[in-house]
Amino acid sequence: MRSFMTAFGVFWGIFMLIIMSGAGKALENGVLEGVKAFATNSAFFWTERTSVAYAGFQRGRRWEYDNTDIQYIRENVKDVEYLSPRLFGWQQSGNNTVRGERSGSFQMYGDYPDYFKIDRWTPIKGRLINEIDILGNRKVCNIGERVVEVMFAKDEDPIGQYLKISGVYFQVVGVIHAETQINIGDGKKEETIIIPFSTMQRAYNYGNVVHFFSVTSQKGTKVSDLEDKLKRILKDRHKIAQEDLQAIGSFNIEKEFVKFSSLFLGIQALTWIVGIGTLLAGVIGVSNIMLVIIKERTQEIGIQRAIGATPAVIIKHIVAESVFLTVMAGYIGLSLGVGVLEILNRVLESGGDKLFFRNPHVSLAMGLSSLAVLVLAGIVAGLIPAQRAISIKPIDAIRDET
Amino acid sequence: MIRLNNIHKSYEMGNNSLHVLKGIDLHIEQGDFVSIMGSSGSGKSTLLNILGMLDNYDTGTYHLAGNLIANMSEKKSAQLRNEMVGFVFQSFNLISFKNAMENVALPLYYKGVPRKKRNQIAMEYLEKLGLKEWASHMPNEMSGGQKQRVAIARALISKPKIILADEPTGALDSATSYEVMNILKEINQEGITVIIVTHEHDIAAMTSQIIRLNDGLIHEIIRNGELKKFQKEYIHGLEPA
Repeated sequence: MRSFMTAFGVFWGIFMLIIMSGAGKALENGVLEGVKAFATNSAFFWTERTSVAYAGFQRGRRWEYDNTDIQYIRENVKDVEYLSPRLFGWQQSGNNTVRGERSGSFQMYGDYPDYFKIDRWTPIKGRLINEIDILGNRKVCNIGERVVEVMFAKDEDPIGQYLKISGVYFQVVGVIHAETQINIGDGKKEETIIIPFSTMQRAYNYGNVVHFFSVTSQKGTKVSDLEDKLKRILKDRHKIAQEDLQAIGSFNIEKEFVKFSSLFLGIQALTWIVGIGTLLAGVIGVSNIMLVIIKERTQEIGIQRAIGATPAVIIKHIVAESVFLTVMAGYIGLSLGVGVLEILNRVLESGGDKLFFRNPHVSLAMGLSSLAVLVLAGIVAGLIPAQRAISIKPIDAIRDET
Repeated sequence: MIRLNNIHKSYEMGNNSLHVLKGIDLHIEQGDFVSIMGSSGSGKSTLLNILGMLDNYDTGTYHLAGNLIANMSEKKSAQLRNEMVGFVFQSFNLISFKNAMENVALPLYYKGVPRKKRNQIAMEYLEKLGLKEWASHMPNEMSGGQKQRVAIARALISKPKIILADEPTGALDSATSYEVMNILKEINQEGITVIIVTHEHDIAAMTSQIIRLNDGLIHEIIRNGELKKFQKEYIHGLEPA
C-alpha cells in the first residue's frame, strides 16, 4: 500500500507526459491539417504604395502588376514551377450574385488553373477551370459549397446553370471544395467564386492589370531565394528603388512552416522536460521507499547472503522489485493518459471539425519510449538501495535487531 | 579441515580500535564436534563469523578444506558459503513470508536448482527432522524448537562440510535445547563438522571438544576425555549459587 502511494509519483509523471504530449500533438495536427494541402514552396505577391522616391516619382505612388510582368517571369525566371496571376472582384457592398429570385454576396477571383496546384481545391461536382477556358475567355465559373446552398434549391444540379455575377452571366462548370484553411483574400473559402483570369480582365474592364500572383519554386530552389529574386526583377520593371522594402507585399509559406515547426518542436521539448521532471520526482520517491524497504529487510537480506545468495542475486531482486513498482505505476499512468486522450478525441470529434485542436493521440513510438524510460528509471531507482543493501556486511545485517 | 594461524581482528570504533582477536591458532578436523565458549566480549562470535566467511580477518591465515580464505570477492565467498557452510542462528532467522519448505529450499535456489526438485529435496530434509506435517506452515505458526529444526534443515540442504551454530539453543528452553543438540549430534555422526558457540556449560558439555576463549585468545581446549573433569568444574561452579 505504502509502496503504491509512492509509486503514484511515477504514475503522475507518466500521466502528465502522455497528456501533454497528446495535447501538443493535437495542436500540431489541428494547425497542420489546415495547411498541409498547401504547397509549402509557394510565395505570394501583391502591391503596396511605394515608400522611397525614385526615378522622378514621388514616394507614396500607387502601382500595379500587369500581364507583361507575368509574361516576363514565365520566359526568363527558370526557377518558377507554377505561376498564377489573380484578380480580385470588386469589394462591393450588397449582393453581387443573382439567379432568379435568389441573390448573395460572394468573393470573386480571376485565376489560372495553376492556382489549384498551389492552394489545393478539389471538384465535388463538374470540373475545375482549365487552360481552354483561359484561352477562349469563356464565361464559366467554379463555385464554393456555400454558394451552391445559397443560389440553388436542394434538389437542383448547379452544373450548367447560369449565375449573374456583377452584371455578367457565367455558367457553372464545377462545385469546388477547399482543401486548406489558408485564405488569401476576404471571406470564407466556401463563399468563393472563381472565374478564368482572362475572362475577368475582359468582362470587367481590368485591361492588363494583375492584382496578385502566386508562384512555386522548382525543386532544389528555396522559395525564399526565388521571392527575393522576383522582387528585384519587379522593382526594376516598375521603376521602384531596390531599397524600397514596402512597395511589394509578399508572403512565403516556407517561412511560416519553419515558424510552425520550431513552435511545435518547442512544445514537444517542453512536454518532455516537464514530464521527465515530474517522472524524476516520482522515481526519487520510489528510490526512497526502496531504501526504507531495504532497511526493514536488512536481516532477511543478511540471512540470504549467509546461506549463499551472491550480491548479484540480491541486487537483481531489489532492482526487479523497483522496476516492477515503477513499471506498474507507469503502465497505469500510460493507460489512463491514453484513455483520457481517447475520450477527449471523441468529444472533439462530435463537436464540429473546424477546431485548431484535433485528434489528440500519442504515437506508438512515444508509448514505447516512455515505457523504456520507465524501466530505466526503475533500474536507477533500485540500484542505489541495492548498493546500500550490499554494502552492509551480512553479519551486521543478521545482527540488526529491528 | 579448518586451520587458523595467528588470526588477528580488530574493529574500528570511531577513533578507538577494539582488538577482538589477538592471535588465534586453531585446528579443527573433519568430523569434530566443537563448542566455543567464553564470556561476552571474548571474541567467540567474531571467531565464528570469520570461520563462516561472514567477516574478514586482519592478519594471519585461514585455510578451509585446503583453500586460503582471504580477500575473496563477495561473489566467491557467497558461493563458498553456499557449498561449504551451513548456518544456524540463535534467533533462527527464517524468512517470515516463506513457509517451512520454501525456507529450507532457499540455499538450493541460489544454486540454481529448479523449483520442483528443490522442493522435493526440502521435503526429504523436513521429514528427516520430523517436520513433514509442518512443511506448509509459516515460521510464526511454529514453536521455537520447530523453527530451529527448520533452520537446521536449511543449513543441511546444501550438503555442507561444516555447520556453524551461533547460540543455537539461546532462545530455547532446556528440553528443546537438548532436542536440538541431539539433532546436531546426529548430524555430526554423519561426518559433518559441527561448531557451536554457546555460553551454556551443559550444552558445551555435549560436544566432543570445548574451546574456551578469553580476551581474544584461546584460554584452553578441553578434549573429549577431559570432559568429565569439566563437568565437575561446571557443577562445582554451580554450587555457590
